[in-house]
Amino acid sequence: MNVRSEIVSQFTQVAQENDKQLAPLEDNLELLASGLDSLCFAVVVVRLEGTFGVDPFSNSENAHFPVTFGEFVRFYENVAK
Amino acid sequence: MSQSNPSSLWNALVASGDGHDSFIGGAEACAPRSALVTGSILDGRADELRGCSVVVVTANQLTAALTLFELDGIARRIILYPGELTLDYLPFVVDAAEVDAVVSDRTTFGSNVPHVRYFMPCAHKIVPQNYDRSGQCQTEWVLLTSGTVGPPKLVVHTLSSLTGVIRPNQSQPGNVVWSTFYDIRRYGGLQIFLRATLTGTSLILSSPEESTSNFLARAGAHGVTHISGTPSHWRRALMSPSIRLMSPEYVRLSGEIADQAILNQLKTAYPQARLAHAFATTEAGVAFEVNDGQSGFPATVVEQTQNVEIKIEDQTLRIRSSRTANRYLGNHAPEIKDAVGFVDTRDMVELRNGRYFFVGRRDGIINVGGIKVHPEEVEAVINQHPSVRMSMVHAKKNPVTGAIVVADVILSASATPQESNGNELQREIMHFCRQTLSSYKVPAMINFVSTLPISESGKIARSNA
Repeated sequence: MNVRSEIVSQFTQVAQENDKQLAPLEDNLELLASGLDSLCFAVVVVRLEGTFGVDPFSNSENAHFPVTFGEFVRFYENVAK
Repeated sequence: MSQSNPSSLWNALVASGDGHDSFIGGAEACAPRSALVTGSILDGRADELRGCSVVVVTANQLTAALTLFELDGIARRIILYPGELTLDYLPFVVDAAEVDAVVSDRTTFGSNVPHVRYFMPCAHKIVPQNYDRSGQCQTEWVLLTSGTVGPPKLVVHTLSSLTGVIRPNQSQPGNVVWSTFYDIRRYGGLQIFLRATLTGTSLILSSPEESTSNFLARAGAHGVTHISGTPSHWRRALMSPSIRLMSPEYVRLSGEIADQAILNQLKTAYPQARLAHAFATTEAGVAFEVNDGQSGFPATVVEQTQNVEIKIEDQTLRIRSSRTANRYLGNHAPEIKDAVGFVDTRDMVELRNGRYFFVGRRDGIINVGGIKVHPEEVEAVINQHPSVRMSMVHAKKNPVTGAIVVADVILSASATPQESNGNELQREIMHFCRQTLSSYKVPAMINFVSTLPISESGKIARSNA
């Protein structure tokens, strides 16, 4: 399973469901500038847990939420290995 | 009268001194304290609203803040209408709070034009006005909270109950700049507004028009030293590189349960800051705060909190103090306090190794980023879908919003999903929900199940997580 393409697909799906205009998903894109709001990110995390079977944020109480899209992808790539 | 019991907000403003350059800063404009003492945003006409029940329904937070200095002690009742709340509830509020006057910077109300005796526009700037500001009454302050289903509940406080926790001289005003992510028309934000007013410090207000990054940059530029928000506000702030533009001495969380993850993240982001999470609700007032950087609260808090009685009965936290709300407004409104004056917060706690931890809500309410969602309301919508037999909506822990809504659904016999179209049916039910429910109430995920836990009384047995 390609982690990045799953994440892109969830961002796209959630943006569409919530009528949000999604910015091009490049690695240096700040998540807060992506067009998604907090609720959208919350939904993305839940859906990705459904896909990957893991919530990387529940693994550690010190896990910082990623700031850029690239960091977000790597965050999931690291736990999906 | 003691200083912590101001006779009116304007008197408190005057009493806190004008020997320094403090101000209230909005996103577009700032109001210096000296102008607040001698100026008016109501064209000097606040006097006309003596004895009235007044709803303040402004688009702009700064405007709302300025009207409060003019109306407290003058109006019989002030209702604070939050900026993000749909105007659809305005006619309900006008009716329930027997509103005589609307104070607003809005020129249009859509189809919700309030039918009241007075409409008083507020200007966008303060004009010097000399008029009689002597307070005559103890104004009721009415805050809105989310109701079970439908319109908000109207919670009655007084300036005295709202400011009970504030000690006017506890800080050195010249060094402190307060800010809050909250709308000051919500209990958590109002606490910070009143704290800044009574202690003579500056206050930086947030704005719904402004991005988190820009707000953090503005707070940083004004040298904010003390700042409060919900754990969800803070989680969002931590997603912004601009979090580094601010360097607060004091970071406060309230309004939602602070888990260990958010406390650790804030400790890492601001190692120099004192970190506190407070337990406060609109109804129960500020009960206590925890300063040891750990989630939950030490069992000693129950016995040793000054001026607040705390007890745990039937597993929920109950509070009695002079800071609790007085009552709900409206016909057939439930009681806020029990027969002996305790407010049941309905927050369930569990004692583990000398510390209490929050384990959920007695009524199953889900707190999605500070917004309360009642599972029954969501279930009622899901159950209308033709493929659904019954459903149970519950909370799922979430790193962004604290919790999020998910649903377990039993499908009707004719609609059992094939492997191939299960996802499609999930999406269809979510889409169905989205047509009538606000986005934060729509389940983020739907699980198809074959059974749901039913209690002996025949109701869905809700888990408390």
